[in-house]
Amino acid sequence: MALPPEAAGHAVESSGLGGGNAAHKPGVRRDSVVIRFAGDSGDGMQLAGMQFTAESALAGNDIATLPDFPAEIRAPAGTLAGVSGFQLNFSSREVFTAGDEPNVLVAMNPAALKANLDDLPPNGVLIVDREAFNDANLKRAGYTSNPLNDHSLDKYQVFQVDVTKLTTLALHGTGLNNRAVFRCRNLFVLGMLSWLYQRPIESTQRWLEGRFKKTPELLEANLMALKAGYNYGDTTEMFASSYEVPAATIKAGLYRNITGNSATALGFVAAAMSAGRPLFLGSYPITPASDILHELAGFKNFPVYTFQAEDEIAGVASAIGAAFGGAIALTTTSGPGMNLKAEAVGLAVKTELPLVITDVQRAGPSTGMPTKPEQADLLVAMYGRHGESPIPVIAASTPADCFDCAYEAVRLATKYMTPVILLTDNQLANGAEPWLLPDVSKLPDIKVHLATDPNGFMPYRRDTETLARPWAVPGTPGLEHRIGGLSSEDLTGNVSYSPANNELMVRTRARKIAGIAREIPPTEIFGDAQGGDLVVLGWGSTFGSLREAVKQVREKGKSVSHIHVRYLNPLPSDLGDQLRKFKKVLVPELNMGQLSKLVRADYLIDAIGFNKIQGRPFKVSELTTRILRALEG
Amino acid sequence: MATALTRKDFVTDQEVRWCPGCGDYAILAQVQKIMPEFGIPRENIVFISGIGCSSRFPYYMNTYGFHTIHGRAPAIATGLKVSRPDLDVWVVTGDGDGLSIGGNHLIHALRRNIDLNILLFNNRIYGLTKGQYSPTSEVGKVTKSSPMGSVDYPFNPITVALGASATFVARTIDVEQKHLGETLKRAHAHRGASFVEILQNCNIFNDGAFNDLSDKAIKADHQLVLEHGKPLIFGKNRDQGIRMNGQRAEVVALGNGVTEKDLVVHDESNLALAFMLANFEPPMPAPVGVFYAVSRPTYDSAMNAQLADAKAKMGPGDVAALLKRGDVWTVH
Repeated sequence: MALPPEAAGHAVESSGLGGGNAAHKPGVRRDSVVIRFAGDSGDGMQLAGMQFTAESALAGNDIATLPDFPAEIRAPAGTLAGVSGFQLNFSSREVFTAGDEPNVLVAMNPAALKANLDDLPPNGVLIVDREAFNDANLKRAGYTSNPLNDHSLDKYQVFQVDVTKLTTLALHGTGLNNRAVFRCRNLFVLGMLSWLYQRPIESTQRWLEGRFKKTPELLEANLMALKAGYNYGDTTEMFASSYEVPAATIKAGLYRNITGNSATALGFVAAAMSAGRPLFLGSYPITPASDILHELAGFKNFPVYTFQAEDEIAGVASAIGAAFGGAIALTTTSGPGMNLKAEAVGLAVKTELPLVITDVQRAGPSTGMPTKPEQADLLVAMYGRHGESPIPVIAASTPADCFDCAYEAVRLATKYMTPVILLTDNQLANGAEPWLLPDVSKLPDIKVHLATDPNGFMPYRRDTETLARPWAVPGTPGLEHRIGGLSSEDLTGNVSYSPANNELMVRTRARKIAGIAREIPPTEIFGDAQGGDLVVLGWGSTFGSLREAVKQVREKGKSVSHIHVRYLNPLPSDLGDQLRKFKKVLVPELNMGQLSKLVRADYLIDAIGFNKIQGRPFKVSELTTRILRALEG
Repeated sequence: MATALTRKDFVTDQEVRWCPGCGDYAILAQVQKIMPEFGIPRENIVFISGIGCSSRFPYYMNTYGFHTIHGRAPAIATGLKVSRPDLDVWVVTGDGDGLSIGGNHLIHALRRNIDLNILLFNNRIYGLTKGQYSPTSEVGKVTKSSPMGSVDYPFNPITVALGASATFVARTIDVEQKHLGETLKRAHAHRGASFVEILQNCNIFNDGAFNDLSDKAIKADHQLVLEHGKPLIFGKNRDQGIRMNGQRAEVVALGNGVTEKDLVVHDESNLALAFMLANFEPPMPAPVGVFYAVSRPTYDSAMNAQLADAKAKMGPGDVAALLKRGDVWTVH
């Protein structure tokens, strides 16, 4: 059962000896490949996927990933509820998404097969662990007959590999028990696929050495499984050839692979160091935001304070306390936590303290689908507080963009003395892409000016340009003052119930936030800068799928363009005019239509919504279909 | 060298807006009086409060101050103290603010032993919202929200604090100026979270709640003043004491063969004793003073020690190096 050349990827350019290293059989060249690893949540599929991603990044491919895991840490083994997946698109071209559907599906058990098979196109490659398709597992997955034998998989290229048996044989003599051996299966599969796609495994070896530093027996076992899988691919005749996906032509420079949550954490550290202030994160663990806390907890020497609070409210409250004391203060959360923090954020609005609230959005309402992405917190970010309390809102569009957005959020918070909301989501948080490392010395300078001069000091005497009030921190002689949630008098900050003063303060804060639009760069239009038939307007993590869809429709000769906004409050001052250059405005969102509401309200533009609330990103094909329909209608 | 500060240095120009006769005035006056004794520059002192009558306190202290939101003062103070260990941070809260809406933050601040001075004004009523029962109101209390009497069993602030592993737990009374001042000084001297319940009279909505303990004519028979290392004696004539009868405490009259040697000697490091005293109900006298005081590392010092340690081991943070951590590759 050899793998035909067209099986393992689309857009075949050439066959034959397409480079590759000498250890390989001749490689068949592929433009791009989408692999989905699927197994039980204890099978280590996320790890296999992340390591394959790292190997592919080092091989010079452009990549995009989409992890898809259950909320349950260990749902009953072998059940559909416990299936964990990781999809990776690696390419010699620029890629924008993790791919609509896999070319290759790895299914470690019947449940993983059942949960993912619908996404595999006919003639797609299916690699299964044959032994996992036993009676018990088939029953748990709800199969009445074994799909490996009943011809139901005939339209796919099926490779039955005895992963469990081969891993067991490879680790024979290590003295590990069956359970420990079983847990090395993912490394066998990773090794096999690394051979198949000519990935270098050195980075995985290095990673394992770090991971199992203290358990040399497990390190050895994992390395053995990895190499056994690699050699299995090389020596058996199962795969007719390996595949080469050449390096992509991407901008020169130093790269690393980065997830959105890591990029967010790094952006905050870089910003705090530019500002010359300590970083303080007050946070309560919540999926999918916790990794930002984990990451920052490792950066204590910068200095970074991470305070794991007793609840979401204490997370933001402690950050407000730290902001009062002069730290670059953060809190991180996901949807439900946004609501819990809302009252405290209102205090930060009123007392005009710098603070960044990161909402790694997930599918709601309520607990919803905590490990799935959604964009349904935009209106909460905009309006989810009591009273008139405008806040700048910015949204990251790719995993690496989280760095820039986190940095920008701190810059705005300190420059304008205001809380800022940064929106990311689960797709960005756990998705990864190659990141061209920025030159740190060229990042915007975050100038923080702490008030020190008692002459004429007043807590609400504002900067004439930005309208920011001074940041006067305890410990500064002569600046002792009191702030609080009660309505306060202009300039002095003394408690005031004057009606006119209250309106002045509310309007001044609104003007301060609206004024940020002055420094928002002009809106970029991908496509027809002079206008055209249709513009696709998006924000956040849909960037990749929207851009790819617009590209594909443009290749058909259609007049369609793409605008993706980072600044959601205030919106760019030229946005309305840009949108009006197009006959139609289509706003695809992973919500019921939140940006489209804002656009309709702010610009009186008859925006068309395209909405999906399935805890899944848009498929490019869904978007192209919708765009074409909008162009026709 | 700066000249020594006086009480007046801690008074702001703001009009104090508590009701005439409120116990808060006495507490404010005492705090302003003792502040200069600490020798701490005003700029290094911060008062943080939540919401309620007591929480207006920071507006009247000429230090840094932050009047925050309901119940969250301990959490806000925690963020400040952890990131600014150089500051002298005080939390002013009440029975509703600290034990109802903010109960969670209070117990966690105590458990972590954040180096804060927490003053809980307990008037056993909601004053600012005009007279509903509070989490320290007694069962049966008739208020606007409990016309048939409250069925809500109250918290005992001292046992809450002890149960939350506080390292300094004390009770004092608004009108007992000397005792109040001395207790606050002890609290301030303690490293770690100091919890002081101040029995405070709300003369509008719960007047006389602590009459037994504040009325000069009778208070000596109801107050048991705790002093470390001294036998538990009370009464106008100091002729009554606390003796153990098996595992239970009882009041005994001194004389007729009963001497001080038969009495319980107060030990601030004895948690079981502190709990027992905190649970005294009439006809036992009400203890005031320091129930419990022990030393335990503070969260803020431990956290800052970790930061210093990390810096010593890894050097100061280098952003450029941090970004390059892990696998990187160059595209030409």
